[in-house]
Amino acid sequence: MRTIPLSAAFACLASLAAAETPVLDVYTYDSFASEWGPGPAIEKGFEESCACDLHFVTAGDGASLLARLQLEGAASAADVVVGLDTNLTAQAAATGLFAAHGQPAVTGLPTPYEDANFLPFDWGWFAFVHNRSLASPPKSFEELAASDLKIVIQDPRSSTPGLGLVMWVKAAYGDRAAEIWAGLKDNIVTVTPGWSEAYGLFLEGEADMVLSYTTSPAYHLIAESDDTKTAAAFDEGHYLQIEVAGKLGASDQPALADAFLAYLTGEAAQGVIPTTNWMYPANPLAAGLPQGFETLIQPAKSLLLSQEEAGALRDAAVAEWQAALAQ
Amino acid sequence: MASRAGPITARATAALLGLAVAALTLGSAALTAGHATDWSLGPADGAALRFTLVQAALSALVSCLLAIPLARALARRHFAARALLIRLLAAPFLLPVVVAVLGLLAVFGRAGPVNAALTGLGLPPLSIFGLHGVVLAHVFLNLPLATRMILQGWQAIPAERFRLAMALGMPPAAQFRHLEAPMLRSVLPGALATIFLLCLTSFAVALTLGGGPSASTIELSIYQALRFEFDLGRAALLAALQFALCAAVTLATLRLTTGAVFGPGLGRPLHIPNPQGWRRLVDGAVIVLATAFLLGPLLGVTLRGLPGLAEMPAGVWPALVRSLAVAIGSALLASAIALTLALAVARGQGWLELTAMLPLSASGLVIGTGLFLAVHPSIQPEILALPVTLAVNAAMALPYLFRLLLPETRALLADYGRLSESLGLYGLTRLRLLTLPRLARPLGFGSGLAAALSMGDLGVIALFASERSETLPLLIQRLMGAYRMEAAAGAALVLVSASFALFWAFDRWGTSRAAA
Repeated sequence: MRTIPLSAAFACLASLAAAETPVLDVYTYDSFASEWGPGPAIEKGFEESCACDLHFVTAGDGASLLARLQLEGAASAADVVVGLDTNLTAQAAATGLFAAHGQPAVTGLPTPYEDANFLPFDWGWFAFVHNRSLASPPKSFEELAASDLKIVIQDPRSSTPGLGLVMWVKAAYGDRAAEIWAGLKDNIVTVTPGWSEAYGLFLEGEADMVLSYTTSPAYHLIAESDDTKTAAAFDEGHYLQIEVAGKLGASDQPALADAFLAYLTGEAAQGVIPTTNWMYPANPLAAGLPQGFETLIQPAKSLLLSQEEAGALRDAAVAEWQAALAQ
Repeated sequence: MASRAGPITARATAALLGLAVAALTLGSAALTAGHATDWSLGPADGAALRFTLVQAALSALVSCLLAIPLARALARRHFAARALLIRLLAAPFLLPVVVAVLGLLAVFGRAGPVNAALTGLGLPPLSIFGLHGVVLAHVFLNLPLATRMILQGWQAIPAERFRLAMALGMPPAAQFRHLEAPMLRSVLPGALATIFLLCLTSFAVALTLGGGPSASTIELSIYQALRFEFDLGRAALLAALQFALCAAVTLATLRLTTGAVFGPGLGRPLHIPNPQGWRRLVDGAVIVLATAFLLGPLLGVTLRGLPGLAEMPAGVWPALVRSLAVAIGSALLASAIALTLALAVARGQGWLELTAMLPLSASGLVIGTGLFLAVHPSIQPEILALPVTLAVNAAMALPYLFRLLLPETRALLADYGRLSESLGLYGLTRLRLLTLPRLARPLGFGSGLAAALSMGDLGVIALFASERSETLPLLIQRLMGAYRMEAAAGAALVLVSASFALFWAFDRWGTSRAAA
């Protein structure tokens, strides 16, 4: 029972300190702010120059982050939000809570992306990850559907990668998406609520492939010196996940928020992204990518639906996915 | 029924507590609904409702059917380490769902020993994914609870009845008809209803093992509505649907449950007749099979977790302390509320029974959202993270505790109510001398359950937590989200061990007080 008065005391201390140093509230998803994520290094780096206290508030994933903002509305304490993706930005923009970020466009993305409100800070290609020992990895969704390989995917109704996969099939196949899903039905072992359950099932050997990112094998290679994982390159191209940050219009620290967005897309913060968030930086690094990233597959073609298309297609595409798999 | 009105203050306290529980569950849903702009269900919600009902009914039936022979074998056989085994068999119920699923996969998964044996015999491999996988997981999680509820029924049959039956020369079949069947008739509806309601709100099990979007539950629809669509109206409608189902099932149970079956006994230690011959072999086989089924996955969790222990971050220990503090706090709070409500219901405040079962149907997500809306923006949510988790966990554990306490509280009042009133035994003295010692066994077991459930809970904390209030389940989820599956398995082992130690301590207190 000790922890309750203790946490209250902490909160009092924090608010006392706030009287002297300005506090920048950054809302982000769990794994960004965790001790293995980019959060701690970015917090330390930014606080060295800002004469402020950077305070992370976390929600489970990108979707929960947006839900939290919508719950709080204009009364939100957030100054900056880090970690929405391009499938969520239409919904985020519609809240009217975001202000123009005013930063120069980033230059490290495989396709041009510019948005007045949302500033990319990292990105990755969705891909099916498998063991290098897999005999003949499929080169397209159609080959995958024709094979008897077992895959685990995430539910688009509860997970951002799951939604990314539905958008991927939609962007690659358009009206044929339902047909592709019907073909994939017998390959899908199960559909998990989130990324981590699916990835865990794959590592346990319950499936041959799992929906993740082309950069996932880099984690195993760099952090675990394990080069047995790789990703399958698909001919139809790979859908992009671009993660963005935005500034809240109601922020009480607009200048600090601007400074933070500039820092987030600057060399120092971008340099920690590859080996903490296991994604590609949004701006090219002077020193290049960490060793090991050169072993990753490089999709020849990138797919991305615009914010408007993604927003308009989402409900229908998820319904199509559900109908095809439920039969 | 010996239902004499208790003292006014006790009645008022019970009513107030009942209202508080209702406010927490119904009130939070109402707050969520209050922020809604649009009211409609989604196209797939009907299918989700159907699947939810089917899997919950199957899970409850199978769990209880398997629990009857197991509870009987445990009740009438005496062997070395029997008490230890009974406690160990409770373990699956205490597992956080994610850990339980991984444990089941270690046994029934593609690379597990069951499929290795099947392949060895030239049989096709068995897939754990699908409706049968969901039911398997729910039976694994809930068989322990069903067994304990039924076992307590057996232990509540007064020893004198069995002696009388023996003296009359009743064969086992007649004993079953006259003693055990009436007991089951009074215990089973409650056990079935509890497990049915528990599986009704299943989310991660159904979704992970379900095999596809047709295995969709109402709770998933709520999650989707709250997190992905921010459709508060749909979430509130679905929550109302869940409440309605819960109320219907609870009311049906109330009608089906018979009151106290046996008259008072002398409270002597029980020796249930243990027939020899083939019955002994069957009992032995039941115990061995159940032990393998319930403890195999646990062994899997342990073996997976051991190598991960070395990889765990330092943050595990403060998170463990926080989780323990919240768990103990919520177990004590839940016990106090459950005891008050059970006494009140046994004395005739029947409406409280429905209230006490309400949290079972409540969606943790909806409660969390409602509370969040209630405190924001006047209080920073993260300051309240731990107190809110404590209160919500206490409310969520209330139905189990209440279910465990109610039959024995009724028996207590029927057996001793008149005597203690004629002795003028009231208030705290009665609590200390009569109520606590007589109810120590279910109270110890129930608060142990409450503590362990709270240890593994991930529902509410996720919406409120900051780094300073990270609990162990949250930390495990964060480790898994950062590719650190090994460290997560290690931390999960720590969590399971701590949950089990807590449960053990509470349960031991109960049995030692009951024996004293």
